[in-house]
Amino acid sequence: MVRYLDEDGELVGGEPPMSDEMALAGYTVMLKGRRFDERSVSLQRQGRMVTLAPGIGQEAATVGAAMALDNKTDWFVPQYRELAGQLWHGYPLRRAFLWHVGHPIAFQVPEGLKMLPFQAAIAGQLPQAAGLAWGLKLKRDPGVVLAVFGDGGTSQGDFHEAMNLAGVMQAPIVFLCQNNGWAISTTIEQQTASATLAQKAVAYGFPGVQCDGNDLFAVYAVVREAAKRARAGEGPTLVEAITYRLGLHTTADDPTRYEPPEMHDQWVNRDPLLRMQRYLKARGVVDAARLEQVESDVREELRVAWDEAQNEPAPDPRQYFEHVHAEPSDRLKRQLAHVRKDGNG
Amino acid sequence: MAELTVVEAVNQALSLEMSRDDRVLVFGEDVGRTGGVFRATDGLYERFGADRVIDTPLSEGVIAGAAIGLALAGWVPVAEIQFLGFAHNGFNQVVDQLARVRYRSAGSLSAQVTIRAPYGAGVRAPELHSDAFEAHFAHAPGLKVVAASTPHDIKGLLLASIRDPDPVLFLEPLRGYRQVRGEVPDGDYTVELGKARIARAGTDVTVVAWSAAVQVALQAAEDAQAQGISVEVIDLRTLVPLDVAALAESVTRTGRAVVVQEAPLTAGFGAEVVATIQEEAFFSLQAPIRRVAAPDVPYPVQLLEEAYAPNAERVLEAIVSTTRD
Repeated sequence: MVRYLDEDGELVGGEPPMSDEMALAGYTVMLKGRRFDERSVSLQRQGRMVTLAPGIGQEAATVGAAMALDNKTDWFVPQYRELAGQLWHGYPLRRAFLWHVGHPIAFQVPEGLKMLPFQAAIAGQLPQAAGLAWGLKLKRDPGVVLAVFGDGGTSQGDFHEAMNLAGVMQAPIVFLCQNNGWAISTTIEQQTASATLAQKAVAYGFPGVQCDGNDLFAVYAVVREAAKRARAGEGPTLVEAITYRLGLHTTADDPTRYEPPEMHDQWVNRDPLLRMQRYLKARGVVDAARLEQVESDVREELRVAWDEAQNEPAPDPRQYFEHVHAEPSDRLKRQLAHVRKDGNG
Repeated sequence: MAELTVVEAVNQALSLEMSRDDRVLVFGEDVGRTGGVFRATDGLYERFGADRVIDTPLSEGVIAGAAIGLALAGWVPVAEIQFLGFAHNGFNQVVDQLARVRYRSAGSLSAQVTIRAPYGAGVRAPELHSDAFEAHFAHAPGLKVVAASTPHDIKGLLLASIRDPDPVLFLEPLRGYRQVRGEVPDGDYTVELGKARIARAGTDVTVVAWSAAVQVALQAAEDAQAQGISVEVIDLRTLVPLDVAALAESVTRTGRAVVVQEAPLTAGFGAEVVATIQEEAFFSLQAPIRRVAAPDVPYPVQLLEEAYAPNAERVLEAIVSTTRD
């Protein structure tokens, strides 16, 4: 398993793969993801947000992977627990809040951003990501696709079918599995008899690499190498980032029904944010005051984004008729006329 | 103008569009070197090369799913599912994913994808190769479903489908692949999606059919004529969007309707047609609308096949009985 930083933030895998400046920037986005999730869960408990799936504890896995991409050429294809990484890639924070209030604009991919919308069907995005990568290769486009999913996703046919196609086509894609130990309440042992998830890549004819998913440097270095291979025409890589879901599956979930408390406590000590803080402090990049400043800057950014999100006009019900086809059918136009007549539009 | 079979019309449309638009990719199981199990893609591999006519792994899910990604990369994918019955292996990718690309992304993305699939009875193939599963897909908002019957319409509608900015499931009548021949213009033309065709004009009863059932309806209409009943046959050509106006217009004139489908009766697309007719032409109806369908049993093995799918005799019975109500 690839690892650069141990739990105390000490370098154990050689020279750091990124500059101090970049490490601090990565830490800042991880923190943003963490505070966003905490704020969202709190707003959900107040009845101001819909059911949502926080990524608490997994910020290094998703931000590290996103940092290894070039967002001008490379695509980020999410499941739904990667928000911190998506923020790095360029997804606006204001839209993230709108996602959790159920506003359709959150699913609209901003002009020029190489990203697909959130995906509810587990592993459903993977055949599409494989097709996208294959399409880029056929176009001689320099882009690489990062497709993110969880340990549960590896049990789906879509995962295997996508891995197989990507291998056959030598598509420029990095499959990033966030192995966070749980698929709702299902353990990894209940999910697979494989010793690792990374080894599944062997069957499809390309490398699988395990890394410490709570180590920003490890994920960054491994995905950077995988993206380099993909760009050089050497095909896909499966990256298994070992991490842990410190929060809930979703706000409708109660982990106390299945999660051993000692297991949770053990992983609290492996928190990827603490690890980066320790590293940055020990290296003299930040002191306590600077960390406090980063924290308050992030909180302010979140406050502004949430304020802006609340000012977003409510969606017009007519909008959903407009996005089914480029041109609504006559039948759909008649249904729209009914909505208007009923005063809903 | 040349006389072609349905499968030749498919081939001509694909060939024409691939030379007209170099973004068009044809892919699926066995579509390359061997030209497809029904030879629908015959000669395309030799003409357009291995980068544009691609044999894929045997996975309907990844064929449909990859089509979405290819479209997002700027290609115009035309995927073949070897038999519609196997599209269920990729049902999530077709119905939950492909059909929703525009909607899920709130209008910011789209998938100009055509999925071709032969379907229906008539070539003595095992179950799932022969089932008429069109209703499973017609129920998915965002997906257009074409089920034409003649070589002329197959070519014109396939060209229109490939050029349509949204996903189209293009169903090809297995029974008609080589049995149905017809005049097909040589050059480029399209038939508009969502428009039905009067396959035979008549005044007493409207028979509505699509895909291979159109030929059955036409035979029954001929037989009814011998008994003095004038039958109008509507070939829907496109199931989604449905040509509501054509149904309303015809049944308002005739006052009687029979709907023919190859699929089992319950919750078939015929039920949608019947409901639409009663919404649009209730006060013109002089008799209950009849349905002629396969029974609610799975597709049988070959020796039982003849008794399963609707034939002209059963359609004629329904026509005659509706004139006696």
